[in-house]
Amino acid sequence: MQIKKSPKEFDVIIVGSGAGGGMATKILSEAGLNIAVVEAGPHFDPADPEQKNQLKWPYESPRRGAGSTRAFGEFDAAYGGWNIEGEPYTKKNGTEFEWFRSRMLGGRTNHWGRISLRFGPLDFKRRSHDGLGDDWPISYEDVKPYYDKVDKLIGVFGSKEGISNEPDGFFLPAPKPRLHEMYYKKGAEKMGIPVIPSRLSILTKKINEDRGICFYCNQCSRSCSVYADFSSGSCLIFPAQKSGGQITLFTDAMVREVVTNDSGKATGVIYIDKKDRKEYQLNAKIVVLAASACSTARILLNSKSKTHQNGLGNSSGMVGKYLHDSTGADRIGFVPELMNRKIYNEDGVGGMHVYSPWWGNDKKLDFPRGYHVEVWGGLGMPSYGFGFNANNLNEYIGGEIGGYGNALRDDVKRFYGSIVGMAGRGECIAREDNYCEIDPDMVDEWGIPVLRFNYTWSQHEKLQAKHMVETFDEIIDGMGGKVISGERPGADRDYGLLKPGQIIHEVGTTRMGNDPKKSVTNKYMQLHDVDNVFIVDGGPFVSQADKNPTWTILALSWRTCDYIVDQLNKQNI
Amino acid sequence: MMNRRDTIKSLLLGSVAVGLTVQGCAPKEDSATAALPKAENTPFYGRTPDEKARDKRLHEEIFFNEHELETIAVICDIILPKNDDFGSATDAKVPEFIEFIMKDMPYQQVPIRGGIMWLDSYSNKNNGKEFKRCSTEEQLAICDLIAYPKKTKPEHNQGEKFFTSMRNLTLTGYYTTEMGIKDLGYKGNTPNVWDGVPEDVLKAHGFEYDAVWLAKCVDQSKRGELAKWDADGNLIS
Repeated sequence: MQIKKSPKEFDVIIVGSGAGGGMATKILSEAGLNIAVVEAGPHFDPADPEQKNQLKWPYESPRRGAGSTRAFGEFDAAYGGWNIEGEPYTKKNGTEFEWFRSRMLGGRTNHWGRISLRFGPLDFKRRSHDGLGDDWPISYEDVKPYYDKVDKLIGVFGSKEGISNEPDGFFLPAPKPRLHEMYYKKGAEKMGIPVIPSRLSILTKKINEDRGICFYCNQCSRSCSVYADFSSGSCLIFPAQKSGGQITLFTDAMVREVVTNDSGKATGVIYIDKKDRKEYQLNAKIVVLAASACSTARILLNSKSKTHQNGLGNSSGMVGKYLHDSTGADRIGFVPELMNRKIYNEDGVGGMHVYSPWWGNDKKLDFPRGYHVEVWGGLGMPSYGFGFNANNLNEYIGGEIGGYGNALRDDVKRFYGSIVGMAGRGECIAREDNYCEIDPDMVDEWGIPVLRFNYTWSQHEKLQAKHMVETFDEIIDGMGGKVISGERPGADRDYGLLKPGQIIHEVGTTRMGNDPKKSVTNKYMQLHDVDNVFIVDGGPFVSQADKNPTWTILALSWRTCDYIVDQLNKQNI
Repeated sequence: MMNRRDTIKSLLLGSVAVGLTVQGCAPKEDSATAALPKAENTPFYGRTPDEKARDKRLHEEIFFNEHELETIAVICDIILPKNDDFGSATDAKVPEFIEFIMKDMPYQQVPIRGGIMWLDSYSNKNNGKEFKRCSTEEQLAICDLIAYPKKTKPEHNQGEKFFTSMRNLTLTGYYTTEMGIKDLGYKGNTPNVWDGVPEDVLKAHGFEYDAVWLAKCVDQSKRGELAKWDADGNLIS
């Protein structure tokens, strides 16, 4: 058996179909280029009745939505999770990193929280401000036009606030706050913490003829069957196909390596077809990697050749380094005033209607950078886990815990909707010694050498988590609530800081920079070492602010695609 | 002739799982099984091929024996009896749900199976008969020892852990059924146009939407109009 080579040559091969790959597919196909999209998972369309989970009831499933096969519950759209059978990863030096992968067309955009925040001017130049990490080689002004275009193309609701490091955009109108969000607002504002409408890529208003308008089922995590939320397949790839783009989709196709010629230029990729377990080679003039920060690093490191002995694009040794995820810590409060609520349909959009952007840029604190606050609660749909410890909250109001009989029904109803949760999502300082590399001893079931992670939090991140927990407890108090998350975690538990990787914002593994010795790509996300290979996922991020990375991935991918088209027109690549 | 499997089937009260059990485990009985639902008739939602295969395998397995299922049914209905408006836990087929969960989450098997045995051992020792054969008064007397976590005597701690697990599974199994959701009163999971918390609710909680905030919110009468902005990003449609 030898590698099956296609005689055809594409203009561009795009590896991965998530946010970055989807945007590249749209922009490059609309430029008239002939595109191959290679996705490691199956085709997925949330409108396909075979794949749709939206509006299903818990009783339609024998496990009632439990997460036995999907980390966020079986109705969640992501095919994959922290652990994928046959595709392991390892960790070294006793450190921890949890790697979430979604193997499907559209990748993790099918289930994400749709939180769509622009990085602000400060976020691109943090080193100049606090001396830590590195500045980006580009500024907010370079990305702003693309943020604007992404807003208009994809749609994001929010509000113009004029906060300096939280740039406004072209927003759709926001949904009104839910009741628990009003309580949150009350508690946070008592402390001087700003609360504004959230910014989510969900259509509260019509944006074009191809996409539906939100009907408020709260289920964006299941991926919207009328395409009223942003998923890469439904909002970028399908429209690009519909408008006549030359796009060939290869699904269940796991890319192992980028192939290069004697002069070191990329000529294509080799992938393993998961259905027949054979190797195939595709050829193209340009290779665009969008497999996710860590998967792209893995592909590069596995693409060793005579010219690229350390792996492709890795003459600097920086591929895989500077891996970073957002920080996270959570607290939960019980608000007695929310007991015995009048029940109405409070599903709303798939996520919070209000949030708090970081308020401490000018404050003197014992940690650098900051975090934003996400809020949850309300009259949600029951699924597996609902009713567990149904009346433990009696502890706070002097009632009996446990028991049996019809009194339990009263307890369940009394406490329904009386819980409010807060989650901080913050910025970690990117470090060279947080990295992924190839495990020398292990391959996955496709024969591809797997990643090995080394990741630790520093005191910066731990103290940030401490601040989160203390702040949330105070907000809960200000809401008239009681903290039910237990004692504040101490230094022995990193003050409640979640494990690296758990926030699923992996970025930084192929960071951009002007110095080829210290970075993997230039400011157009083109490999320093090879001019016809580009990276449009989160890998080129120098730092990630306290903002969810997707909106910036989309904007930067679009910017890189414009650059690719420009360079092709000038015959530079 | 009722064999063990049929008996358990009858205890499981005609769910889809029964059809799958028969279809999967007795594929040769064509005439007897032809009318039963096929595996593909699993309540329909987006499953990957691997997940479908896993569900089919789980439906074909049987975990609890007849005695265990009968005991579970008794406990479930002690935890959640029927009331004037709604049925009991067994009316909502909670025992079948628990049977499935044991197979879906094998880590629950030993605590639940062992817990049933703990309960029977306790009952045999004190009442001279298994739990399910006790009178209601005797059953409730035992439950009282293990149903209240703050009051449990140390020697009954293992029983308390079991009862708490059973209460959790019973309530979650009930409130995720059509009956339980109706009982709870949950109103969502249906297309609608959210336009804020009802006025009377806001007021009862001492809130109102202020005008500055409302100006940022969607005018639902214009949700179908194409979004347009001026050059500064102000929505003008």
